[in-house]
Amino acid sequence: MAVFAVITNPSIDAVLRDPRIWRGSANEHEVAFVPSGHAGLDAALPHRGWTQGAMTEILFDVDGIGEFDLVLPALARLTQAQRHVVLVAPPYLPYAPALAARGIELGHLHCVETASEIEALWAAEQCLRSGVCAAVLCWPRQASDRTLRRLQVAAEFGNALGFAFRAARAAANPSPAATRIQVRAEEGTRLRILKCRGANPPALSIPLRPAVAHIHMR
Amino acid sequence: MLWAALLLPRLGLDVLMRNSPDANSNLQNLALISRDQARPTIVDAMPAVRASGVRRGQTLAAAQALCPQLKTAAHDPAQEQKLRELLAGWAYGYSSHVSLREDNALLVEIGGSLKLFGPWPRMEQRWRAELNALGISHRLAVAPTALGALALARAQDGVFVGNPATLRQALDALPIAHARIDALAVEALRGMGLSRLREVCALPRAGLIRRFGAALADHLDRLCGAAPDPLPLHRPPDRFHARMEFDHEIESSEALRFPLRRLIGDLCAFLTSRDGGVQQFELVFEHDPLQFKQLPPTRIAIGLQSPQRDARTLLDLCVLRLQAGTIPAPVRALAVVAAQLPPFVPLARDLFDEPRGAQLDWPQLADRLRSRLGSETVYALETADDPRPERAWRKRVAASNPAPLRKLGPRPSWLLRRPQPLRGEPRRILAGPERIEAGWWDGSDLRRDYYVIETREGQRAWAFRGIQGEESWLLHGWFA
Repeated sequence: MAVFAVITNPSIDAVLRDPRIWRGSANEHEVAFVPSGHAGLDAALPHRGWTQGAMTEILFDVDGIGEFDLVLPALARLTQAQRHVVLVAPPYLPYAPALAARGIELGHLHCVETASEIEALWAAEQCLRSGVCAAVLCWPRQASDRTLRRLQVAAEFGNALGFAFRAARAAANPSPAATRIQVRAEEGTRLRILKCRGANPPALSIPLRPAVAHIHMR
Repeated sequence: MLWAALLLPRLGLDVLMRNSPDANSNLQNLALISRDQARPTIVDAMPAVRASGVRRGQTLAAAQALCPQLKTAAHDPAQEQKLRELLAGWAYGYSSHVSLREDNALLVEIGGSLKLFGPWPRMEQRWRAELNALGISHRLAVAPTALGALALARAQDGVFVGNPATLRQALDALPIAHARIDALAVEALRGMGLSRLREVCALPRAGLIRRFGAALADHLDRLCGAAPDPLPLHRPPDRFHARMEFDHEIESSEALRFPLRRLIGDLCAFLTSRDGGVQQFELVFEHDPLQFKQLPPTRIAIGLQSPQRDARTLLDLCVLRLQAGTIPAPVRALAVVAAQLPPFVPLARDLFDEPRGAQLDWPQLADRLRSRLGSETVYALETADDPRPERAWRKRVAASNPAPLRKLGPRPSWLLRRPQPLRGEPRRILAGPERIEAGWWDGSDLRRDYYVIETREGQRAWAFRGIQGEESWLLHGWFA
């Protein structure tokens, strides 16, 4: 039935967007992915979503420009599927009412508090490696190339989605992460894919949050 | 009834071997001596020492003359008793009829256990493997009577006599000393020219009673199965306590690994025997009482999310806690104490569960994180039914009921733990005000007008002002 639907749809875009269609540019290995929930971003990423078993770096300058919004739809999808998601040493308090309103199943969202950066990296690695967690989010401040590589290896081993939120100035350094995305507030918030394994990063930036003059309260 | 006798010929030495990190290095020339200060005698000795002619009961001076490189250790009956109890716990996993009546042996009724674990050769193989893993030298024999099995074990390792009819034949050839007969009686019988059980059993019963009393005749009846032999049965305790003392102070957590592994292994053997797990236990590190008079033992409590009895899991948790480095002084003795033991419920796994990475589940992973980071550090969130933003969430405890989801105004995904003054003026107000005026009922009331604002850097923030319209903005969250 699904195949039939594709054939009857004349739009080439719809055909190309179908994950069953193999394209030369895509990675030859079969890669599991989790849709990011942002149509524009999914279309630009080679696997049409966040790559499982790999680290994704999200680089941002200042808080509150949608950097966490970027991953929330995926976290909602995973927690609703009864998969565990771990926030390792988040910079602020994850606010339960807002997260619940975004569709996150709070029983499967775990927070880990740590006293130091070293502990946080250890905890993130344990979670990624365990194979228990579908997604692990961490906020390394002074991560070296080597520690990021450790996280990448752990994510591969545990087949988890790893997200590292880092300051934008780290964009200049090379990184072992499979995907690197820069979030920038211009007029509204726009994303720029700096690196995506399996394809060339697109040249154009992608809108994440439109510039608005007013938000309706309810 | 079918009894297995587990003879423990070198219990005292086993205690020492189990407590020393490298099994074969410097224990070759070891002998155990009695605690008699005035005239210490040899209690037991290693094979190398025995080869040079040292025997039980010799004085220390005589033994040192025979074997100049002799090393000695004091015999500790309390430690032996501990080990016997541990073994009884282990045997309890195979049979509910375990007796510690004999000093240097364990008597286990296996007639009922053979259906599950048997036949005997297979069970024997399993026992020997497990006993070797526990570091216990042993001899095994099986017979229809407990005393018969014991006598056979003393004569020869690995004898199996399944039939009461053949027991007599097997016993007949044994020397009388093997039959646990009172030493004085053995001397007297020898003096009468009797050395084999066959000859003693052939004596007329009336004459035997007249010469040696009814006790010997009864003993022979129990030995041959002519009279019942009621044995006091071992009942496993409800708590676990194992302790190890070191000759010297241990200063590195790495060196504590070996004794820890031994004690955790014992704990798991104990847990297996009662088919349970452990959810809370304590590591107690004792310090030198002379050097650190005021210092109480360091106690590290280890809690698990669900009962476990896997030695590797437990050891990993302990090692992680040790690496966290919380022991203030060198350690002279280590104890593992489990006071509460819940029933064990094994984890049910999916038949077609896809193996992924290391086989862990969330409770195990959470335990591992907690054991290094602290018990309060891993938690889930839930919403709470309170209009005040600071109280609209809480840490989830296992049994709590989350509040029903309410339709609220815009709420930020990040909340600041306490509101901070906003730097600069907002570029524009995107939504608001939303007045929150609550808390008058418990004294911590607040009256605020919340707005969604955009800062000059393009950040979207949740900020409030007092309801009088005072101009100072306080930042309370980020729409990150």
